[in-house]
Amino acid sequence: MSVHILLLSLTVICAAFAVVRTRVIRAAIMLASISILVTITLFVLKTPLAAIFELSVCAGLITVIFISVISLTNPLTKEERSEERENMFKKFLLLPVIIIVCGVSFYMLTKGINFIPVSGPEAVEVSDKAELWHLRQIDLIGQIIIILTGVFGVAVLFKDNKDDKK
Amino acid sequence: MTVSLIFIPILLVILLNIPRLSGKAAYYAALAFFAYQLIAVFFPEAVGSAQFSQVLGRWFRLNVSADGISKVIIISTAIVAIAALMTSKPFIKYDSRLFSLSNLMLLATAGINGIVFAKDVFTIYVFVEVIAAASYIMIVLDKTESSLEGGFKYLILSSIATVMMLFSVSLFFLVAGGTGFREISDAVRNFGGNTVVMLAITLFMSGLLIKGGLIPFHAWLPGAYGSAPAGVSVFLGGIITKATGVFTLIRFFYSVTGFNDNVKMVLLITGSLSIVIGAIAAITQKDFKKVLAYSSISQVGYIVLALGAGTSLAIAAAVFHIFNHAVFKSLLFVNAAAVEKQTGRRDVDSFGGLGYKMPLTSATTAIAFLSAAGIPPLSGFWSKLFIIIALWSAGCRGFALLAILASILTMAYFLNLQKKVFFGEMSPNLEGVKEAPLSFTIPQIFLCAITALAGVGFFYVIKVLIFPSAGII
Amino acid sequence: MNYESLALFKLYLITAPILFVIGIYAIMITRNIISVIIGLEIMTKGVTILLAAAGFFNGRPQMVEPLIITMIVVEVVILMISAGYIINIAKKHNSLSVENIKNIKG
Repeated sequence: MSVHILLLSLTVICAAFAVVRTRVIRAAIMLASISILVTITLFVLKTPLAAIFELSVCAGLITVIFISVISLTNPLTKEERSEERENMFKKFLLLPVIIIVCGVSFYMLTKGINFIPVSGPEAVEVSDKAELWHLRQIDLIGQIIIILTGVFGVAVLFKDNKDDKK
Repeated sequence: MTVSLIFIPILLVILLNIPRLSGKAAYYAALAFFAYQLIAVFFPEAVGSAQFSQVLGRWFRLNVSADGISKVIIISTAIVAIAALMTSKPFIKYDSRLFSLSNLMLLATAGINGIVFAKDVFTIYVFVEVIAAASYIMIVLDKTESSLEGGFKYLILSSIATVMMLFSVSLFFLVAGGTGFREISDAVRNFGGNTVVMLAITLFMSGLLIKGGLIPFHAWLPGAYGSAPAGVSVFLGGIITKATGVFTLIRFFYSVTGFNDNVKMVLLITGSLSIVIGAIAAITQKDFKKVLAYSSISQVGYIVLALGAGTSLAIAAAVFHIFNHAVFKSLLFVNAAAVEKQTGRRDVDSFGGLGYKMPLTSATTAIAFLSAAGIPPLSGFWSKLFIIIALWSAGCRGFALLAILASILTMAYFLNLQKKVFFGEMSPNLEGVKEAPLSFTIPQIFLCAITALAGVGFFYVIKVLIFPSAGII
Repeated sequence: MNYESLALFKLYLITAPILFVIGIYAIMITRNIISVIIGLEIMTKGVTILLAAAGFFNGRPQMVEPLIITMIVVEVVILMISAGYIINIAKKHNSLSVENIKNIKG
């Protein structure tokens, strides 16, 4: 129980910090640390394969994408930064209030849940790990399509207009 | 029929890319596939689609199936895709862009086919994201400033929607122990009153309403439709939002959870709000494509309103209206594209008397308007009639009256547009304008013929396609 | 499901929406379009946790594993596309300010 509470509260705190940062690169690093916390949570929740995926893809690849985007673009101008800094106090004050209000209201919502229906053991029980994807082959095809789409996205979005002339 | 329509586009894309073929080759391959899809619905045996699916069925265990509703959506997808691809060709200057667009449209069609055949809530999520990803890229194909803005807005709102859908999927998983339709409908039947189940249904519904661009959640739609390249708006307006938003809504409530009173009330209210506000906003717009975008919101409102009645007749009416809307709205977007191509403008006030120069475009636009407004011999009339009958017989008489009155509003903004653009005094700056080239006129005649034929032979269409989809014989 | 695990599940059910709200807050208040995407990522993290929790408390964690992995793949592709958007917007306007995408007439 205490492990769960610790992990979840750390995640929320990290998320809050990621939001209030004015420098985007810090926010991206906070996001990576959220990913690491989520990885540990996934291990605790007995989904190790997903945890490894989360660690390698979300904490690794996504951070790399963010940092390359940040380095490829110009940062905010000085005026925008200073305006942002003025906004920051508002952010710092407002965010904990919002979190607490939402937390309390969600707590009230969950109070109404006396039991969580869990279907009986008659459903298919998957014991063999190799069987996992056999039930979800259609999702694999969806993944193939979306990866192909992503390839075209890179071809369209990251190419300069000058190269288009053929 | 089922699996082959998902696999063939993927294979085609791979074949087109391994030796990188030219854009023209990709264009004709994509057109051929869409035509094949249209034929395969009616004659799955003759064109080898059924056999192909059987062979694939030996190697893969795909949890898919087709029913009557999927047939209607697949036909509409094929029709709209043909029109969209033909319309985009004259606008594209570079070969590489034509290549990307054809491939993306193939992938998006594979995604729509996936959604249509899915029997699992999580699969629906995956394919919704596939279609969304393809449309994000298609919108910014030209990389204009406005399309980047509209596309980014679409990306953010639709990502929020998918997060909401995933929330609901995980709650369903907890309750049902799986994400298949059967498990979930069992769980809803057994524990329908539980807070967790109600929360899950609400979240899924709100996600889909955002995806469909219904009124409180419509902020992304006019920007995305208005700024996308001409052919892509045909595809977006004709089928993408209908397949991801409205069809999925029908599937979710009709095949999975069933309707309850709260859900019906929400659907009725969002539907009528969308009809009225969409129509009023369409009257005030000046941009040709934005008028069509708001009219799209209004017409989707009719579909959702019908869904709110919750009876089998209402489902049939909604499905029929999706088909009709796909046809007439893509016809209108094709005509907007033709006008834009020939004159270089989209501002409604700058035209006048264009009908003398482009008679075919003018005539087909008029037919599409009449169909949209529900004038008797055309197909739009029959679906609206069914919607009103379904609402009346389900006891929602006020909403039925509202649907009738809103038809007049529809008529108003379309007549306004037709008068400003095609009729009246000829504006002097339109001297050199000629009728649109073949790649516009072919889809125009094709779509116009479908609207007219489906209207005249409505009895046959209803008997073969529409009523079986809702289980009415 | 016994009482203790019910309480534990409620904890997850509270945390995931809080992460969702933080993400929405980030999207609404920020001046920088990269932070908008960071907000989206935070929301997705909340869903990941909830999905894993649902599998855990239902007693079949191995069945949610493919779901989470699929979700991560989809997430990365969408993120790639939004990165492309950001780079193009920054190139067009030479700035990352959100104001650039807010002036669109709806």
